[in-house]
This record gives sequence, C-alpha cells and structure tokens, in this order.
Amino acid sequence: MNNDSEDILKVDNLTKSFGNLLVLDEISFTVKKGEFLCIVGPTGCGKTTFLNSLTKLNKINSGSILFQGEEIDPQKHDLAYIFQEYSTMYWLTVEQNIAYGLKIKKYSKAVIKERVEKVIAMVGLESYRNYYPNQLSASMLQRVVIARGFAVQPKLLLMDEPYGQLDLQLKYKLEDELLRLWKETETTVIFITHNIEEAVYLSDRILVLTNKPTKVKKEIINNLARPRKISDPGFVDLRNEVTELIKWW
Amino acid sequence: MEHTRRMNEDRIMVECQHISKVFGERETENRVLNDISISVKENEFVVVFGPGQCGKTTLLNIIAGLETKTTGEIEVDGKIVTAPGPDRGMVYQTTALFPWMTVMGNVEFGLKMAGMKKKERQKRASYYIDLVGLNGYEKSHPSKLSGGMCQRTGIARAYCNNPALILMDEPFGHLDAQTRYLMEEEIERICAKEKKTVIFVTNNVEEAIYLADRIILLTDCPARIKNEYLIDLPRPRNNVSPEFLSLREKITMDIDA
Repeated sequence: MNNDSEDILKVDNLTKSFGNLLVLDEISFTVKKGEFLCIVGPTGCGKTTFLNSLTKLNKINSGSILFQGEEIDPQKHDLAYIFQEYSTMYWLTVEQNIAYGLKIKKYSKAVIKERVEKVIAMVGLESYRNYYPNQLSASMLQRVVIARGFAVQPKLLLMDEPYGQLDLQLKYKLEDELLRLWKETETTVIFITHNIEEAVYLSDRILVLTNKPTKVKKEIINNLARPRKISDPGFVDLRNEVTELIKWW
Repeated sequence: MEHTRRMNEDRIMVECQHISKVFGERETENRVLNDISISVKENEFVVVFGPGQCGKTTLLNIIAGLETKTTGEIEVDGKIVTAPGPDRGMVYQTTALFPWMTVMGNVEFGLKMAGMKKKERQKRASYYIDLVGLNGYEKSHPSKLSGGMCQRTGIARAYCNNPALILMDEPFGHLDAQTRYLMEEEIERICAKEKKTVIFVTNNVEEAIYLADRIILLTDCPARIKNEYLIDLPRPRNNVSPEFLSLREKITMDIDA
C-alpha cells in the first residue's frame, strides 16, 4: 500500500440505532485506495451492522459516508459484497452466478464474457462453469462468490467473515488466494472477522471496535512483511496486542 | 490452574482394532475408513484430527454405535460395542438438543430414561448445569440460548449420565473464533475437575493442540492414521507460545505431506 495514496472512503460520525438500541456510536475513519483494512471486535459488537450501514444497506441515523468524495450509493459506485453465507443463486450455474452483477450493471455480452472468463480462471473453476451450486463443495461455493465479487472490478470489496465456516486448511488457501487477487486487481478491501490471527495475517491496518454501542477503540497499522508467518515474533506481538484490546472470554 | 497429566496409564478404556468402513456396494468407490486401530487410556484426552470430509465423524459414530462398521472390533470399558449405549456420551456438532425441552429437561433426559427418581436426577443435573456455567438457565429453552450456551447444555447432558467415554464431534465448529476460545478454556477447566476419557474430533489444529494429551492425524478419505503426536506442553496451554506455534506449523505441514 502506498501511504500517500488518496482516501477512497471517508466515514464521519456514523451513527446507527435500531429503535432505542444504539449500535454504532459516532464512528469515524478513512480507508486509502488499495488498502486492505480488517475490522475486528468482540462477538456481538455489531460488526455486520457496521458493514451494512457503511454501504447504506441499512439506513443510518446520522453521519456521512463519502466514497471518492461523493455520498456513497451502492447502485452508483462499484462496490461488491461477499457475505458470511455462500450467497450463490441455486438456480443459476457457476458461470451465470459470476455474471450476475455484470448483467445488473448492463454490460455488453462481450464484456461480460471477457470478465467472466478472467475471474473464473483466477479462482480455478473453468471446468465447473456449467455446474449448479448444489453440485459444488463449500470451498467451490465460496470461490464462486469471490469470483462474482471480483467480476464487477469493484473499487471497494466488502467481506463479512467469508471464511468463518470453512475448515482451516481451506481457509489458509483461500486467504492466500484473496491476497493474490487483491494484489492483482489493486482493489480496496474491507474485511470483517472474529479471528484475530486472520486479521493480522491479511491486513495493512486493523480497526479494533468496542462492544455495543460500537466505537473505534484503536487503529493499528500492520507493517509486517508479506508473506507472513504466524510464528514470527512480530506477528505474535501484534496478535497479542489486538487480543488484549478485545478479549472478553 | 496448571495441572499434570490426568490419565491412568495402566488402564485401557477404548480399544479399536482394524476398523474399516465402506459405504454402498462398490467397495472401491465408498471406502471411508481404512484399517484404523486406536487405543485410549482411562482419562486420556485424544483428539482425532484430519482434513474436512476425511471420515472423522464416521469413526466417532462407529465408536458410539450409531453407525455399523465393515470390519474390525471396538471395546469400550471392556465391553464390545454393538449398539449405542449409556456408557458412551456424545456431544454433537449441531448440539442436537430437544427444542421442546428446557436446559434441565435436556440434561436430565438420560437419567430419566434410566428410571432415576426426579429429585435425585435433578440434583445431579443441577451439578452439571453448574459445572458448564449455565446456572440460572435451567428453565430456558434452546431457542433462547446462544450457540455457545447450547453446546454447554450438550456437554452437561453428556457428562450427567456418567459415561465411561465421552465423544465430541467438532462441538465448536459452528462458533465464532472468540466464543470458540472461550469454550476450549471451559473444556480444559471441566476436564481438570471431572476426569473422563474423551475422544474429540476437530479439523482445527490450534484447538487440537490446546486440548489434547494425544493427537491422531488422519489422512484424506479413505482415512488411515497418518501420524500421532503426544502433546506434553504444560496446561493450560498458551496458543502463542513458540512451542505451541512450532508444533502447529509442524502438524499443518504433516497434513499435506
């Protein structure tokens, strides 16, 4: 990440409540173009609400969220989501799932074909293009969803604990794959997780949230050299620092 | 709360010999377990660890008597396993609580079936509900509990029948990473207080090292035993200590080797 690069996202005093329950309390931060930002916080702190409010999937109560200087609008701006569940559409093939966002955005057939070919190869699903989701394993489903996210060439990719349910070997593999795609496409990523080790492994910067009502407790720059190793003393130190900030268990 | 090894080296509690399992009719296509032999000492905590879909749950189900085996023989506490029985308690991945029963109803169920009097069984169930940290929730139904609390109920239910062996099938697989750490610490605490022979299945290497006296690594399906590791780090274990992390890296490498 280039430290001098422009801010792609600027959040000021974001506040969100459900009825009387204040969930997000005046959250402010910025994200730089090309940055990999991880967000961690204690269980139940409102991380998903945070991500959904950030893109106005949830209506917010007050505050401003500027995407490249304009009020953020998921219909207008190139954002992509990868949810916790494998949100494939079961009536569509792998190829059709990946093309879905592009169709919505009304790209020409030629562009759609070209983009789909590119991402389907990036995630290694070429030979499964005509399969339906119920014929695929969990890892393949997650890859379909990742390919669909990258297909729209998002300027900002939002990921809500995408690997929480996967077995560890697979998780490591997909994390490395994600880092490779992030480098290749130079996109900006906001990645939410419960898993502190995962945040230290992936991020350029970690935003540590408090319990509800959620505020930003601390921002931690993660300058560890890549590829990272979980047993490096620097890695362990950073992991311990984040753990201390959120440990409730 | 450091404690020493709990197991009784002289007494074998579980003896599995040459267990194989073939599903379906065409042998080569559906072999899940391939000649697995394991013996577990009394009060030993054995973790069966392996890649996803390698057959770990099938092995556990066979020991529980919930699944038939194609070949081999299993003895638990000196008795040959032919069917499920109260000598083996199971904690399931999906909790499998009765949704229409309260925490108390679920935990006392086995004792009730065994014909124990209400006062006696509720006293016993209360002790285990307490042990897993659910006092105050005796009258709650599973739908009102968090994922971690449901697993606590499942653990209390398994312990309450005082089985010779407790089988845990990836009980924390569906919990978030932080709740998982909490539950691992709870298992550590419970095992220090209530000595039991446990076979615990997981695909999480960190969890395996944190809990195990011994880890049995299985191969991909059809599962064979690939390696065994005696874990003698002092308890409770520190999951970021250099010894812990280097063991973790070693076992992770061995999975793919």
